[in-house]
Amino acid sequence: MKNPENIIEVRDLEINFHTYAGEVKAIRDVSFDLRKGETLAIVGESGSGKSVTTRSLMGLLAPNAEIKKGSIMFHGEDIIKKSEKDMQHIRGKDIAMIFQDPMTSLDPTMRIGMQIAEPLMKHKGLKKKEAIAQALEMLKLVGITDPEGRINDYPYQFSGGMRQRIVIAIALVCYPEVLIADEPTTALDVTIQAQILDLMKDLQNRIDTSIIFITHDLGVVAGMADRVAVMYAGKIVEYGTVDEIFFNPQHPYTWGLLNSMPTLDTASGSLRAIPGTPPDLLDPPVGDAFAARSDYAMKIDTEKEPPFFKVSDTHYAATWLLHPDAPKVTPPAEIVRRQKKFAAMQKPKAPISNSDSKE
Amino acid sequence: MPDARKKILEVHHLKQYFNVGKRDEVRAVDDVSFDIYEGETFGLVGESGSGKTTAGRAIIHLYEPTSGEIIFNGQDVSKLHTKKQMHAFRRQIQMIFQDPYASLNPRMKVKDIVAEGIDIHGLAKDDADRTKQVEDLLETVGLNKDHSSRYPHEFSGGQRQRIGIARALAVEPKFIIADEPISALDVSIQAQVVNLLKELQVKQNLTYLFIAHDLSMVKYISDRIGVMHYGKILEIGPADEVYNHPLHAYTKSLISAVPVPDPEFERNRIQVPYDESREKDDKKRRMVEIAPGHFIRASEDEVAMYTQRAVDAGLING
Amino acid sequence: MADNPKDIAIKPGDFEPLDQQAGPDNERIAAPSLTFGQDVWRRLKSNKTAFTSFIILVLMFLVAFGGQAVYHHDPNAQQPKYANLPPKIKGVDLYGFNGHLKQSGKDVDAYAAAGAGKDVHYVLGTDYLGRDLLARIMYGTRISLEIALIATLIDLTIGVGFGIISGWKGGRVDLFMQRVIEILSSIPQLVVMVLMATAFTKTGMASIIAAIAITGWTTMARLTRAQTLQLKNQDFILAARTLGESAPKIAWKHLLPNLSSVIIIQTMFTIPSAIFFEAFLSYIGIGISSPQASLGTLISDGQKNFQFLPYQMWYPAIVLIVLMLAFNLLGDGMRDAFDPKSKR
Ligand SMILES: Nc1ncnc2c1ncn2[C@@H]1O[C@H](COP(=O)(O)OP(=O)(O)OP(=O)(O)O)[C@@H](O)[C@H]1O
Ligand SMILES: Nc1ncnc2c1ncn2[C@@H]1O[C@H](COP(=O)(O)OP(=O)(O)O)[C@@H](O)[C@H]1O
Ligand code: SF4
Ligand SMILES: [Mg+2]
Ligand SMILES: [Mg+2]
Repeated sequence: MKNPENIIEVRDLEINFHTYAGEVKAIRDVSFDLRKGETLAIVGESGSGKSVTTRSLMGLLAPNAEIKKGSIMFHGEDIIKKSEKDMQHIRGKDIAMIFQDPMTSLDPTMRIGMQIAEPLMKHKGLKKKEAIAQALEMLKLVGITDPEGRINDYPYQFSGGMRQRIVIAIALVCYPEVLIADEPTTALDVTIQAQILDLMKDLQNRIDTSIIFITHDLGVVAGMADRVAVMYAGKIVEYGTVDEIFFNPQHPYTWGLLNSMPTLDTASGSLRAIPGTPPDLLDPPVGDAFAARSDYAMKIDTEKEPPFFKVSDTHYAATWLLHPDAPKVTPPAEIVRRQKKFAAMQKPKAPISNSDSKE
Repeated sequence: MPDARKKILEVHHLKQYFNVGKRDEVRAVDDVSFDIYEGETFGLVGESGSGKTTAGRAIIHLYEPTSGEIIFNGQDVSKLHTKKQMHAFRRQIQMIFQDPYASLNPRMKVKDIVAEGIDIHGLAKDDADRTKQVEDLLETVGLNKDHSSRYPHEFSGGQRQRIGIARALAVEPKFIIADEPISALDVSIQAQVVNLLKELQVKQNLTYLFIAHDLSMVKYISDRIGVMHYGKILEIGPADEVYNHPLHAYTKSLISAVPVPDPEFERNRIQVPYDESREKDDKKRRMVEIAPGHFIRASEDEVAMYTQRAVDAGLING
Repeated sequence: MADNPKDIAIKPGDFEPLDQQAGPDNERIAAPSLTFGQDVWRRLKSNKTAFTSFIILVLMFLVAFGGQAVYHHDPNAQQPKYANLPPKIKGVDLYGFNGHLKQSGKDVDAYAAAGAGKDVHYVLGTDYLGRDLLARIMYGTRISLEIALIATLIDLTIGVGFGIISGWKGGRVDLFMQRVIEILSSIPQLVVMVLMATAFTKTGMASIIAAIAITGWTTMARLTRAQTLQLKNQDFILAARTLGESAPKIAWKHLLPNLSSVIIIQTMFTIPSAIFFEAFLSYIGIGISSPQASLGTLISDGQKNFQFLPYQMWYPAIVLIVLMLAFNLLGDGMRDAFDPKSKR
């Protein structure tokens, strides 16, 4: 946040999947930046396109995927145009990834020490002995107790939380510039999740990587992110700093997400769920994809897609509610409470304006 | 306290061990006792591997308990011998599962999945009645009747979970064990399922045993909460009390781990570590009622400490 | 990213609230509904190798079982004067198909030499007793397929039943049943066959089928058991149990349909190995005995004249190879088509 240098710039990305039933329009015009040293959280329901977006950054899309449009600039070069061979040099070295399921992302037949050492041998050309020595350091760093004793163990000998630590060790061993974490704690329970999140924050400070953190859990985002992009049905619908998204959200979908979570001081009673299910991307609806589930939907929402409206220099939202002619609506009580808090937060210090007029 | 109400389930000293006598013996549930009152929701929380699922499955008689007593509606479950008694029992207790992908047979149509209980217990007069019942059940859980001829893989996680709920409701049970019914769902969908369960509870007078590892959601749906760790229940009490004034160190640690959707709070959060070595000393512990309806698993010499905590928290007068 | 909102044309009434009740359905599913079978068929069709193999197999079955209805030649009719005639197809003048032979370096018209009339032609030639080779191959293929299919069916019934019981019961029952399998599969098939040959006074279809079935079902049982062990702890099976479903019904409604892919794939590999085993036994002479023919006996017969009349062995051998290849390739394709991970 302090440094506006962009490491990754995604522009107008559109990705379709060819299936027997037709084209699944999984990513529909997505643009975002990742800045040096920041954590960008991408939040959205399952199927909203979070994983497809990040897989496209890694050049790991399924064979039936087609990138219809757009560019992904990394160090001034377009990743989309790179060959598989070039991508192999980038993957694991410059951009690393952590997946949701710690079991399937480890090789069950290989000792964990070797698995951590492998990227070092491949990308940095280290000898096996040096690589193993560094792997040991890495195991210490991710908090495995008795690393010397466990470096020759196999994945099944570890618990779920430990395995995820090992996955993190593998991802970070080359000190990548960008770490993509796709729901790294969804398969874990809260206690272990808290440990893993602390570990990631700690490591980020030490090795200065930028993180794209994918999750559906706003609670996790609040503790991890500097900036947040909210995704819905293959689009980013709102993005801003973590405080802007949590305390001054503008998009009804963001309202719905925040509203459906119990917080410390929400009284018991019924939670406000978002009704229904996200639209089928095989046949996305005309107009705004959220219209069928939105309490605030207007006639125009079934006809035209809303553009991004600017809320602040760092905060944009794609909802017709922000159009100057649209009626002023009152958000749900929980959101009003949050917005009050935001107003209070703004007063003492002058708003820090980030210069990001590149859009 | 609520003792005046009818107990629908009583669990006394339940032990469920696996591989008994072998080297890999697991004491998944080790001397657990609790009661559930009719019409309430009892939340069971604890980290992975603490024995929640095992306890639930022992209650619904998927396992043969190693020892202990399970009394449902005044009847000892282990004494249900005849097929008929077992059949009647099966209609009264139902289960909702954690993994919405594994809990529906991928080769069956939704209507046959939902109608499974109807078929087994012969609850439909004829085919038309069966179809009608299925359609009503789908509507109850917020799905359309044209979903009934589709297969499970066509649905999202939240929709599948609702199909699982419809299947359980089909036999009109009194008591439902929900084993982490929301853990595998998106946060936004979790609220849908929680609300649906709450609504059904009121309409159909259901009693729930709600299992989860995330205390914040459990607090919402539960009237009382039991906290489990290493096969034992460490704390039982009214939901708000356990959540806002936990007495046991483990409960405190568990609550401190729950992420809160508030960046300001998160920036200042302190995670309370838990030292589990204390649990493993050889002291004899039992459930002690520290405050009315609020039990802690404690040894004799710890009672004073917990009582002091309860006084400090204002649960009882010093 | 940020469009300039001022350029957007707004009509009056655009910002009227939308009636949610009448609004779009928020639980809609757009993809057409496919049954599991349809889904597998669709994926199988898109796999060219497997689909070609499937077509070839269909054709071979048609010819083997229906060929005699079109090609009226008795496979057992002996015509010693027409023995060992090479293939001759009407109107084709290509060596190998024109009835000519090379004898001590000279090209000889074998049909003329045997005194056959102009209208005599055997498409694939004749064997040493003057029997029509095409008719015999069709007949032999049929016998081979019959043996393989019946043996596989028996394999399947015993194997699947055994596997389900073993996996479902678990514990001691499972332990005992596994020992049975281990013992059985340690006996080589050939030993069983020799025992069979001595038990049955005359070896033939029955003894071969018995030999294949006795030893062959263990693989099927192993696979079914492993899959049953996995399935029985799946939540949907537990759900059926909590609803009070009986074990046989669970096996029928929940286990079998979910085992079907494993069973079908394994069947696809059992059939060709049964075909091959039959051919092998008949080839070494403890299988089908004359006048019956199978691919094995045909190859064995042809091999005797291989030096001079290689076609007598080549044609049945080609049929055998194509049959086995097609089954194996189709089996591979099925495996992919059934794999839920190779979705779409
Ligand atoms: N059939 C079994 N055989 C042997 N051990 C078992 C069996 N079922 C469960 N266990 C063990 O019993 C303990 C408790 O398991 P259980 O599934 O009840 O935990 P849980 O609290 O439900 O955890 P989770 O949050 O992961 O679902 C674990 O150590 C588990 O490995
Ligand atoms: N290989 C694929 N073939 C077809 N559709 C796919 C494929 N991978 C993903 N999709 C579709 O793309 C959309 C976005 O998926 P994904 O990015 O995985 O969502 P999530 O936000 O849960 O990570 C979904 O509609 C999904 O069904
Ligand atoms: S654009 Fe319309 S439908 Fe979409 S979120 Fe805004 S108000 Fe709701
Ligand atoms: Mg994903
Ligand atoms: Mg469990």
